[in-house]
Amino acid sequence: MKSLAELQAIRDKARAAVNIRENAEAETRVLVGMATCGIAAGARPVLNAFVEEVAKRGLQGTMVTQTGCIGICQYEPVVEVITPGQEKVTYVKMTAEKALRVVNDHLVNGNVVTEYTIGANAIGAK
Amino acid sequence: MFRSNVLVCGGTGCTSSNSEQIIDKLNEEIKAQGLDKEVNVIRTGCFGLCALGPIMVVYPEGAFYSRVTPDDVPEIVSEHLLKGRIVTRLLYQETVVDENTTKSLNETKFYAKQMRIALRNCGVINPELIDEYIAQDGYAALGKALTEMTPQQVIDTMLASGLRGRGGAGFPTGLKWKFAAANAADQKYACCNADEGDPGAFMDRSVLEGDPHSVLEAMAIAGYAIGASQGYIYIRAEYPIAVKRLQIAIQQARDYGLLGKNIFDSGFDFDIDIRLGAGAFVCGEETALMTSIEGKRGEPRVRPPFPALKGLFGKPTVLNNVETYANIPQIILKGADWFKSIGTEKSPGTKVFALGGKITNTGLVEVPMGTTLREVVEDIGGGVPAGHTFKAAQTGGPSGGCIPASLIDTPIDYDNLIAIGSMMGSGGLIVMDETTCMVDIAKFFLEFTVDESCGKCTPCRVGTKRLLEILDKITKGNGTLEDIDRMEELCYYIKENSLCGLGQTAPNPVLSTLKYFRDEYVAHVTEHRCPAGACKALTNFHIEADKCKGCTLCARNCPVGAISGKVKEAHVIDTEKCIKCGVCMEKCKFNAVVKK
Repeated sequence: MKSLAELQAIRDKARAAVNIRENAEAETRVLVGMATCGIAAGARPVLNAFVEEVAKRGLQGTMVTQTGCIGICQYEPVVEVITPGQEKVTYVKMTAEKALRVVNDHLVNGNVVTEYTIGANAIGAK
Repeated sequence: MFRSNVLVCGGTGCTSSNSEQIIDKLNEEIKAQGLDKEVNVIRTGCFGLCALGPIMVVYPEGAFYSRVTPDDVPEIVSEHLLKGRIVTRLLYQETVVDENTTKSLNETKFYAKQMRIALRNCGVINPELIDEYIAQDGYAALGKALTEMTPQQVIDTMLASGLRGRGGAGFPTGLKWKFAAANAADQKYACCNADEGDPGAFMDRSVLEGDPHSVLEAMAIAGYAIGASQGYIYIRAEYPIAVKRLQIAIQQARDYGLLGKNIFDSGFDFDIDIRLGAGAFVCGEETALMTSIEGKRGEPRVRPPFPALKGLFGKPTVLNNVETYANIPQIILKGADWFKSIGTEKSPGTKVFALGGKITNTGLVEVPMGTTLREVVEDIGGGVPAGHTFKAAQTGGPSGGCIPASLIDTPIDYDNLIAIGSMMGSGGLIVMDETTCMVDIAKFFLEFTVDESCGKCTPCRVGTKRLLEILDKITKGNGTLEDIDRMEELCYYIKENSLCGLGQTAPNPVLSTLKYFRDEYVAHVTEHRCPAGACKALTNFHIEADKCKGCTLCARNCPVGAISGKVKEAHVIDTEKCIKCGVCMEKCKFNAVVKK
């Protein structure tokens, strides 16, 4: 160890791996439905895509976690984004690619990706 | 990148209740479910809530599972880790609000009043990975000291912080460093006292098991401050997990160049070696400890010269306790003012206590100095188990004394404890209820000091033995009132004439129980009665005729055939034959057997 910068570099790298243990400060929560229906519909790659992308962009205060079935199995994989003080956003029929866009547009820039939401995809909706 | 972290306690307590098997089973199940690239299993140090071990915490949800068995693991993996459904039945009940909501661990009674400085990383990081320590700002304090501060500035910070030795005596750490720094020598040493020997105390072990790097970092800072290039950790061989994690930590720190030559390109060299003690209590005394490191028989020597002038191998030496060291990196990083803002004026900071005895939440707690005994016992510790009442707490182990229920609102700090006849000691806190006999407790600690006296000086070697003989006489009902007076006189004699701390404090358990519970001693002597019903020789078992249904259960279970009586008629115990094992009392379904 020759300098503080060298220590800082190790710290930053290691930080990403332990951040997950401080969920108390999480402001935004991304819940991926991981019941049997969700897993069968492909929720695992979606969950992993969220985890990877959130870590890659170093989004402090965002917690990616899994949840059970919320009862709309035909729309799985379902992802909910909950930010205190805002209406809950429910994305349906998610894929890993869509997940990347949600991270970029919604989590980073604050714009809900309307076309992926349940409102836009509900049966009968145009 | 892992989406979930499963933290399993790998402290000695949880390890002894199968946490190793739980980790193996977890890894096996996670692999079977194909989750091994998504879920990371981490073996941590002690969480503190040892009564509920083995403990497992799953992040990001922060689900706190208690009393986990290897058989629960498949359910946790398939339900929680795979499907995201928390296994509610295994959650620590206090964290469950209702079916769908849990509260965070920090909101539970056990953790809410705690403040973790020395234990900040215990139960949070993997102690066998230096990167996780660095992620928690580890070694940043050493970096700051070496690159931005002079040794004098480090010492000034320690002096200003008011940190006092956590080994028990409470000597200001900064002052110790200042003395050692002022003595010029070709070689100096910065050593760590990890010879934790008080019965019931395990905080140093937990720090070393859960966060070994914090001690290494602080020792290097101490080395820099006083001009030492070598450190030794004196740890007892009975702590195998702590020793192993220290060895791993030292090697990792060397690999990163955080120990060794020219650390942070500052020209400062420092390395650490481990010395194993064989478990002699006296080797926790500083001069005996250093004599033992030198390879000689562990016996104390006369001070002065103090170690800061002539310590290990005759060179200036600083010797600090594990918990003291664990505080130091935070003080360097956050400053003396931050540290002084915690605790009381004369005892800043926090103190770790090992809670044991008759208490609901056995475990490890860290509270700001000045917290009252009541808060520690009732709020954090959950009080004595239902149906019993708090009688006294014992602090300071064999060197300390008892705090009776009447003083339960005493704020705990060094000076207050000494004022009421006890001492901080290393931090063992044993809670006693009405079934504990205070004479018996004094006898227990005296048995310990008689065993552990090194034998070098007569007051301690012979005096403690005589004390124990008198106590034994009293607990058998053969004592006299003169014995009590003679015992008290002998206590003061031992205290004043012993060379080292062991002898000087050995009579404390007797003196403090005499001070607060003299009536119990008198009852043993004059009435031949043990008020707590703990001293076997003074207790007789007796069957109350009106309660006895004549079920014969006691008679069938009595190992010596001391109980006689016909079916459906009241039974009688022959006190001549009775060995007072208590089986009859345990077996009786009608509470007809009583101790008198």
